[in-house]
Amino acid sequence: MARVISRVTELDVNGARRRLDADPERTLLSVLRDDLDLTGTKFGCGEGQCAACTVLIDGVPTRSCLTKVGSLAGKKIVTIEGLAPEGKLHPVQEAFLEADAMQCGWCTPGMILGAVGLLRRTPHPSESEIINGMNGHICRCGTYPRVIAAIRSAAGKGGRV
Amino acid sequence: MRRRDFFAALGGGIVVLLVDDSDAQEAGGGARRGFNEPAPTALSAWLHIGETGLVTVYTGKVEVGQNSRTALTQAAAEELRAPVESIRLVMGDTALTPFDMGTFGSMTTPRMGPQIRKAAATAREMLVDLASQRWMVARSAITVANGRVTAGSRSAGFGELSNGQKLTRTIPTSAALVPAADWKVSGTSVPKVNGREIVTGAHKYAYDIRRPGMQFGKVLYPPSYGATLVSFDGSEAENLTGVKVVREGNFAGLTAPDPLTAEKALGVLKAEWKELTAEADSKDVYAYFRRTAQNAPPAAAQPPVTYTIAYIAHVPLEPRAAVAEWEGEKLTVWTGTQRPFGVRSELSTHFKMSEDQVHVLMPDTGSGYGGKHTGDAALEAARLAKAVGKPVQRNWTREEEMTWAYFRPGGVIDVSARLNPDGTIAEWEFHNYNSGPSGLQTPYAIANKREQYHPSRTPLRQSSYRGLAATANHFARECYMDELAHTAKLDPLEFRLKNIQDDRLRAVLVAAADKFGWRSRQKTAGHGFGLAAGLEKGGYIATCAEVSVTNGVVKVLRAATSFECGAIVNPEHLSNQVEGALVMGIGGALFEHIQFAGNRILNPRLSLYRVPRFNDMPRIDCVLIDRKDIPSAGAGETPIVGIAPAIGNAIFDATGQRLRSMPLAPKGIQNS
Repeated sequence: MARVISRVTELDVNGARRRLDADPERTLLSVLRDDLDLTGTKFGCGEGQCAACTVLIDGVPTRSCLTKVGSLAGKKIVTIEGLAPEGKLHPVQEAFLEADAMQCGWCTPGMILGAVGLLRRTPHPSESEIINGMNGHICRCGTYPRVIAAIRSAAGKGGRV
Repeated sequence: MRRRDFFAALGGGIVVLLVDDSDAQEAGGGARRGFNEPAPTALSAWLHIGETGLVTVYTGKVEVGQNSRTALTQAAAEELRAPVESIRLVMGDTALTPFDMGTFGSMTTPRMGPQIRKAAATAREMLVDLASQRWMVARSAITVANGRVTAGSRSAGFGELSNGQKLTRTIPTSAALVPAADWKVSGTSVPKVNGREIVTGAHKYAYDIRRPGMQFGKVLYPPSYGATLVSFDGSEAENLTGVKVVREGNFAGLTAPDPLTAEKALGVLKAEWKELTAEADSKDVYAYFRRTAQNAPPAAAQPPVTYTIAYIAHVPLEPRAAVAEWEGEKLTVWTGTQRPFGVRSELSTHFKMSEDQVHVLMPDTGSGYGGKHTGDAALEAARLAKAVGKPVQRNWTREEEMTWAYFRPGGVIDVSARLNPDGTIAEWEFHNYNSGPSGLQTPYAIANKREQYHPSRTPLRQSSYRGLAATANHFARECYMDELAHTAKLDPLEFRLKNIQDDRLRAVLVAAADKFGWRSRQKTAGHGFGLAAGLEKGGYIATCAEVSVTNGVVKVLRAATSFECGAIVNPEHLSNQVEGALVMGIGGALFEHIQFAGNRILNPRLSLYRVPRFNDMPRIDCVLIDRKDIPSAGAGETPIVGIAPAIGNAIFDATGQRLRSMPLAPKGIQNS
């Protein structure tokens, strides 16, 4: 007997209801990238080790590569594309630019959303709180010291989302 | 693109075509050309000033995070005397940019930088000519500044002057350039020119390219290297909606309308493989290198000390990716590669078609570190797309990236030396097996030396990596220098200074030591200090490190590194590269290693292969030495070579244990 699977037909992404038709077993990462053309969210490992795929779900940084899209009814999803809605950069984005906290930039959207989430929980983190809070994120280019500097500089301004 | 096509594509304006004979020679090797193709035109950079004043520079170099896009934009802005914002770079597009061998070997800054400067300087002089003719004033009365040409009360933008005209100039390589001491744009910390697109997620990497009707491709890889496909059945996969199975000899793959279906279909392909017996695994590979070495040396005069270096993976955070699309006999491929023209050549050879029919576009890519020289994903995408008649994306998974790309070579290095009573080195012998010749030669002043690289067989596919073998050779050399200093009962810094005659090397070593506080360091239990120095690809590096060893766990507490690569093009970006290289180097120094057996990679995932994270960071002090009197060298690679020996020497200082294998402490240190 074929099991009846209810398809996912709507997601709340970046403040808008997005219509779609997706198998609930698909990952949020794939649905964002392949159905909604929100390619700012990056694939890095597919096993939750690198955090390049981080998005905010109800304000909490979440690995979208491990999140089934069927689990997101009623949740608010924010991707990197939703962080500067009217073209005005979020303070954390500004701080990353200011600190040159990137090289190739592949990890940057996930880093920024991870940092936004960290600053929501801890508006004025110490250096060790930043390191512990961000340790799940990999930057293979090695810009960690600059990311730390960017987060320190954005501290106190980062809780908007 | 042919010259006459230029104006058709771009409208009127000024075009400067740079001829570089040295590049033509380097690029002209027949092996890289397709069948019956003319030699590449000897152009290495093109520059266009459009009627709106927008400046477009065309270069075959690519951006993989090293900020070449920004540095080359600065070069054009400097010579054109135009705002950075008015300049756009088209990079690594085989239909639009001049042929280029590839972005590797730290050659963008020393080779392409000056070429773009020459093109821009020529364009600036053409603008002066135009103004002189139009306004009937002497050239000497005309100034160019901030994107405008001015003579007395008259002033015009670049576009106004070139308006309605089609002017082309081909220039020799001898155009006069602004000396580094007079730079106003180069030499300053211009921010990453496309930084806003990065922080907003707007930039489209190869992994992000989407085409109408695009299918998602998967390839069925063998269970082990070298296995051949004996039998294959794709019928169950073809029963899935929209799935098409492709089989061409040993190549089997499929396409599907969405990634989940593609994954499911891959899971139900049935195949039998004939596997090969492995020649070596990661434990016995060092003996294998010796056994299979070419021109093995006679016994050294002094008994050698042996160092080993493990294979490691590049782990570019964006795995290899490509989208291929056929329009009749024409193939277009978007892919992340350091050699777009090399990928074009791979594709045209495989499909036996003219290179004119293959268009490779390289979006700024999620890093390479020497790992993206080949067109593997591009070829897979193109084969699948041709077979199914639709555009196909072939984005590699992490596991595919860490299995089917290539690795930094492992190696064995034997070193021996004899000291004079005064602490200078009398004889030096150095043999590298398999890992490579880069950085093989000692930078110290030694009269009698023998330094050889012995190629071996390799059980894994191996190729370029950031710094190539310079990391391995510096590791062995600088650790052994520490051993010699210990034997001579000299401080490691004093011992090196005693053996240095190169002033630039001395300068970086002293700068790093001073910044670190080497001479005033205080030894405490469980802490150790180490340093290392070297030079490679025109860059001089010295690195000092402090480690703690607690219950066998090594922690790098702080590092000071000094780097000198001639005139600095962008201090902030250079600092970022030097820090980043040091951070990446910590992985190879302490824990990164590819484990393999039975022709299989045993740890091809980030949960099994540790790379440096936030909590591995030491405090890093970076000292940049700006030598405006010396042409700029590249900086993306060499700063990686100092950290591994500095850490190894610091571990010895802390524990008395001499560790001679990279990685030094993948599972911590026993007996400490």
